Amino acid sequence: MNPKRKQRLYLTLFLLLVAGGVTALLIQISGENMNMFYPPADVVAGEAPVGETLRAGGMVQEGSVVRSTQDLGVTFVLTDHQCADFVVQYTGILPDLFREGQGILVEGQLNAAGVFNATEVLAKHDENYMPPELMDLQGMEPPATPKAAMPGYPSAQRKADRAMDSTYDS
Amino acid sequence: MLGASLKRLWHKLGSPRWFFSLTTRWVTFFGWSAAVLLLWGAIWGLAYAPADYQQGNSFRIMYVHVPAAMLAQSLYIGMGVAGFIGLVWRMKLTDVAISACLPLGMVITALALFSGSVWGRPTWVSWWEWDGRTVSTLVLFFLYVGIYALREAIAEAKLRARASALIAMVGTVNIPIIKYSVEWWNTLHQPASFGLTQKPAMPSEMWLPLLVMVLGFYCFAGFIVLLRMRSEILQREMNARWVGDWITGRGAP
Repeated sequence: MNPKRKQRLYLTLFLLLVAGGVTALLIQISGENMNMFYPPADVVAGEAPVGETLRAGGMVQEGSVVRSTQDLGVTFVLTDHQCADFVVQYTGILPDLFREGQGILVEGQLNAAGVFNATEVLAKHDENYMPPELMDLQGMEPPATPKAAMPGYPSAQRKADRAMDSTYDS
Repeated sequence: MLGASLKRLWHKLGSPRWFFSLTTRWVTFFGWSAAVLLLWGAIWGLAYAPADYQQGNSFRIMYVHVPAAMLAQSLYIGMGVAGFIGLVWRMKLTDVAISACLPLGMVITALALFSGSVWGRPTWVSWWEWDGRTVSTLVLFFLYVGIYALREAIAEAKLRARASALIAMVGTVNIPIIKYSVEWWNTLHQPASFGLTQKPAMPSEMWLPLLVMVLGFYCFAGFIVLLRMRSEILQREMNARWVGDWITGRGAP
């Protein structure tokens, strides 16, 4: 390689390295701010600001959904199935994918009592797809293995679990 | 032996004429493969693959969304590699490659964003949410648009080639961000269900049509990029003797 080209090669590699380094640092600095929502553990630990509009995510606790008989009001518990959960109040139409055990994102405000007043409910679906017949064959409940969709669930753990309970090829 | 022939290939790559004659048949091959695969995959995925137990039929948007998103990133990586080679080795062909990938990449990224939005509406109940995955993909789209605008704005060919090569190369830092956004941060977007290094998170009657669609998208990209590169080569080399000979039928390129 001629010396001029070699110089250009080093210069270009250096440039790429700097660009990569700066980006990595920026990502490192922004850290928490890049998260789209607070997991239940943060809400319970008081890390989520009270009275400000924010988003929180978790799994809908089985058996916790209570619908109002008068209006579209509903309360349910969002949990991480590990240690933390909190109550959500919402009035409005829920997404089709809303069901017990499903990953959900809520936008709204946390009050001083630790109850979340949601103005918006978003459904989070997981990366597993399956035809319903296959589901019946295995005698599974429709809201199956919600672990995979659990917001804030460490991905390494998620992968290990997925490998272990390999939902469809057992 | 291998090293020497690789080096020879590398030097040949610098010749637009060599590339032109090499790819004559490839265009036809990619074009027909794309037509067959896309038709086959679309019918299989949209009509015959089973519906999802939770999302029903709306999950079928995946058969457009996933290949579009994969191709959008691959085309950008292609541009970044071409940019790097162009900056160091100053090959003419790399700028031709960037100019050919650019418009297609822009359109395919727009398709990925649009199909994602259409999918988000029934599942998330929202057309758009600002999470790590969606924002980094939007940045990818702006990178494409930015390089396109830059190329339109610079009239001087050498400067245009160098500037777009630089931005294309530096912009590749966004690609790992798109890929790992769903693992590094809490996002609304689900993690990948399909990739080179993992077992698909769905049964084969669902992922096989997806595989066909992905291959179809890549063949389509091969077809469009080669077609555009060849016409760009002809335009740039129009005063060269071989082009005249080829057009008047006096000789092969």
